[in-house]
Amino acid sequence: MANAALFRTCPRSGLQFHRSAETLIKLNAVAAVVCLLVGGILALLILLTRWQAIHLVNAENFYMYLTVHGLDMLAFWIIFFEMAILYFCSSTLLKSRLATPGWAWAGFALMVIGVVLVNAIVFMGEATVMFTSYVPLPGHPVFYLGLILFAVGALIGCFVFLGTLVVAKAEKTYEGSIPLVTFGALTACIIAVFTIASGAIILIPTFLWSVGYIKTIDPLMYRTIWWAFGHSSQQINVSAHVAVWYAIAAIVFGAKPMSERVSRTAFLLYILFLQLASAHHLLSDPGLSTEWKVFNTSYAMYLAVLASMVHGLTVPGSIEVAQRAKGYTKGLFEWIRKAPWGNPVFSGMFISLIGFGFLGGISGVMMGTEQLNMLIHNTIYVPGHFHATVVIGTTLAFMALTYFLIPTLFNREMINPGLAKWQPYLFGLGMAVFVTAMMGAGTLGVPRRHWDITFAGAAQAYEFPGTAWLMLGIMGVAGVFAVLGGVLYIYITVGSLLWGKRLDTGAYSTQRSVLRMPAMVMTGHGTAGFAAPGTFVFAMVFLTAFVLYYFVNWKYLSTVWGLS
Amino acid sequence: MSAILPPAQRIWWKQPLDKAEGIWILIAFAWCLVMFFMMPYWHVYGKQNLSSETYKTTAEAYGKKVLSFAEQNKVREETDDKIPVIHPPAGADVYLLGRLWAWWPILELETGKTYRLHLSAMDYQHGFSLQPENINIQVLPGYEHVVTITPNRAGTYAIVCNEFCGIGHHKMVSKLYVK
Repeated sequence: MANAALFRTCPRSGLQFHRSAETLIKLNAVAAVVCLLVGGILALLILLTRWQAIHLVNAENFYMYLTVHGLDMLAFWIIFFEMAILYFCSSTLLKSRLATPGWAWAGFALMVIGVVLVNAIVFMGEATVMFTSYVPLPGHPVFYLGLILFAVGALIGCFVFLGTLVVAKAEKTYEGSIPLVTFGALTACIIAVFTIASGAIILIPTFLWSVGYIKTIDPLMYRTIWWAFGHSSQQINVSAHVAVWYAIAAIVFGAKPMSERVSRTAFLLYILFLQLASAHHLLSDPGLSTEWKVFNTSYAMYLAVLASMVHGLTVPGSIEVAQRAKGYTKGLFEWIRKAPWGNPVFSGMFISLIGFGFLGGISGVMMGTEQLNMLIHNTIYVPGHFHATVVIGTTLAFMALTYFLIPTLFNREMINPGLAKWQPYLFGLGMAVFVTAMMGAGTLGVPRRHWDITFAGAAQAYEFPGTAWLMLGIMGVAGVFAVLGGVLYIYITVGSLLWGKRLDTGAYSTQRSVLRMPAMVMTGHGTAGFAAPGTFVFAMVFLTAFVLYYFVNWKYLSTVWGLS
Repeated sequence: MSAILPPAQRIWWKQPLDKAEGIWILIAFAWCLVMFFMMPYWHVYGKQNLSSETYKTTAEAYGKKVLSFAEQNKVREETDDKIPVIHPPAGADVYLLGRLWAWWPILELETGKTYRLHLSAMDYQHGFSLQPENINIQVLPGYEHVVTITPNRAGTYAIVCNEFCGIGHHKMVSKLYVK
């Protein structure tokens, strides 16, 4: 049966694609971009409404758009793309056939049905409940049903991925251990299975509640389990985009991990501890003990933060080692100065890494600290933080990977390479200013998910400080730049697929090669030297920023009302 | 020889660590421990810790409590809706409820005095956001959360709702006085 499978080898990258996997990777990627497009249009409308000086759409539409934007971006765009990554990292990287393509198709179909149902019911105005759909805020049953179908589809995709690993192992398509990038994808998959199970545990009863079969759902129970789904799904993203960072470092520089042991152990820490972070959504909640909050929010003593700090060093470190081996050895930083900054695959990945660490990571740990959380809970600081992690971190990493996939997977020459060169800068830097301004406004108390901070028409009023308005203005301007960056991405990818010059695909045949272990050529590295001094300096700069910002917030906390 | 290929050695977990990695792991781990111990430290020495004292309640039972509290300590009424302003004695249990789309009643507290503030929601989830102080607490229906507060600055504060609670969410704002 395996021999009947058709493979082609991409003449440009040498990657070997199995036909079923290739089709499914393409479809999932296209579905992802469609969700990104819808979510992106809504992003602009939401942005121009929260930019208080413009205040574009009315309240009803604002809350409706915000609900769809959250779901289309945070759930649908990212998870469709992650399905593509899972199939790529298993079938393509391991040179294996895809296990049970029929099931993979069924999963994809369920996901599409789920997305259509959710979008339709919210746009009909029947489920303006936000991404979180906190009970007892009522949503239409179709809303929960759509989410459940989408999740089941994604779960099937996860099992197809795991099945493909089994097939690859059984059919001996590779030697030794699976590559680090596949290992990262496996981490994402394991977290995804946990996440989707949590989602099922809470969304199925919520669906039954929405049709009247169950009388009440306890709001605190809902929040606790829902966040095991809602936050953990962001941990799938972290694992997936870290895997993408390693992949891009390998593709662009031929970089090898500084140490397989360190990088893989860091992924393992994600599996063991990352989900505990769900607790930091509940730090300002009643009914949970302090001990429970402290233990969980620290991911059991920040062991998952440690893992991210390790990846933050080893990814650029592996690039530094590869660059130094090519002769860029002058001083501490020649390796990074001479990096291909005009190649969007690299620049997108590197901006993603820096933005995720400095903006997303530091703010995440701050807001995830038990007492400090009170300073920003439910303020616009929170979306500021997660736009840094999920948009600059995950989305930009996926965008960068797309630029690699256009010629290899889709066999098209990229249109407008001149524009593509600028896209990661426009999008990444626009988003960086946007999130910083949001966090600034949040520190001044501006609430999230709020249509009108002038409180026009309310019985009592409050005036936010002028600086908060300034922050929202900066957010608006920077956000428009980021949206333009998003438009460029969609124009370039969709345009390349439609009008890009067709490239030689390589013929399909039943011939296939086996993934060999590379020969040992690198010596002297990874043997207790100090191979990445430049990266180490960057890491120390990062640590300094982290420590300062962390303690500034404790200082701020010490000035507010006494609470006990 | 890259992250998208299998490791070059079959026994990759015995490969020695690079010093840059090893030192960074130690530093990062030490920092993680500092961050962890800051939280218990603040519970002992800090003055801003969120209480976890909580009771199960119902909208009906809690509503009655708030009403009787408001009747006992009312000093005046404000706005067209005649919202009572409550000036409780120092150290008292004070009650606040969130509902679509208002906080009720208006509290008038004194600087440097300590109060036991009870919070609950009548319908959906709400967000207690004290401005410009910027203290933010989640308020859930069915749960009565008791937070001990000590205002340290006089002024007129606002309580903004910062949890989405339906179409009137952005009009849910109320006052709190500190004398």
